[in-house]
Amino acid sequence: MRLPVGLMSMLGAAALAFAAVAAPADDFKAAYAKAEAASKEAAALKTQWTTTVATLKAAKKAADAGKLDDAIALAKKAEALAQASTAQAREQESAWKDGVIR
Amino acid sequence: MLRKISCDVLPIFMLVAAIVLGTAPPARAADTADPKAAFTAFRAYFTSRFPKVALDDFVNGPYSMDEGLRKQWKEIEEFPPYEFAVDKGKEMFAKPFANGRTYADCFPEKGISIRQNYPYFDTKSGQVITLELALNQCRQANGEKPLDETKDDMAALTAYMAFTSRGKRFDIKIPDDPRALAAWRKGEEYFYTRRGQLNFSCASCHVQSAGQHIRTEVLAPALGIMAAMPIYRSEWSGMGTTSRRFTTCNAQVRAVPLHPQDELYRDVEYFLTYMGNGLPVSGPGARP
Repeated sequence: MRLPVGLMSMLGAAALAFAAVAAPADDFKAAYAKAEAASKEAAALKTQWTTTVATLKAAKKAADAGKLDDAIALAKKAEALAQASTAQAREQESAWKDGVIR
Repeated sequence: MLRKISCDVLPIFMLVAAIVLGTAPPARAADTADPKAAFTAFRAYFTSRFPKVALDDFVNGPYSMDEGLRKQWKEIEEFPPYEFAVDKGKEMFAKPFANGRTYADCFPEKGISIRQNYPYFDTKSGQVITLELALNQCRQANGEKPLDETKDDMAALTAYMAFTSRGKRFDIKIPDDPRALAAWRKGEEYFYTRRGQLNFSCASCHVQSAGQHIRTEVLAPALGIMAAMPIYRSEWSGMGTTSRRFTTCNAQVRAVPLHPQDELYRDVEYFLTYMGNGLPVSGPGARP
């Protein structure tokens, strides 16, 4: 069966439109999952920053409001904050000794 | 020729260097847990940095550092804001639980004049027992629900217990048990570890910046900092326990606070109170 050219064009346009909407949503899901994983690692090390938690929350709120570009940017920021807090904890595992009164 | 001489001399040079410098890299004092040495160094640091402050006066925190604040505090002490908490704590302490027993039944000396011995390391359970934890353990052992460890009733109870202990000198012991030494060490590590987005340790404020202003506040020295607990803080418009102080300190440097009676908080309280051994109980206190 061959579809008329007009219908094919409409289906094509619809697919493109769907992809345009779905892509940011998927990007957000991926970015949020990465941020959440980094945040969990920081929490397990008891080195979580309040700003990580707040930024992660803001990312979710932005996504719920349909502001996906903002949501992705916030999720990436939250991931970076979580990674920084983990790096801080790793560095302090030995660096704390430098501050001890002798 | 030059290369040959260098090759001949190098081993001798290295040997001499090894003898002069030692074969291993120099160990830092902090590489091993040594409470006695740490105590001596801690006290020497604060007494030499603040030579005009009498040793016992360190328990008064910011008031020992700033004359203007001290004058305000003297006036505050005429009608101390923690007085209601002491009265409430006294009532609570005497009121029997549903089973007829009281807090006094859970503590040595019936709970009077014992603040200076808390926190202690319990060799049976292998953990640090703070006064707040002991009070909640007492409640639970008698069929009562535990209290919020940070304020209100808990602060009232500890305020009363501290009040009955005023002037008694802290005598925190580290029993001959590797777990006790480990707890003290974990407390030391927590105290000096930088955390939060602002990258502050407890020591950043209470060692390196003790006596300096942070906005309108004067930072209390770490020496004797546990002696006034619990405290009425104007900033809180109410009483707070040591746990409350730790959780708010963490939040102020943008670190997610731990559970109020987390093992690490209890360990850091153990470390800090030990470092103030010999100083008098001054709690409950009032702070800006």
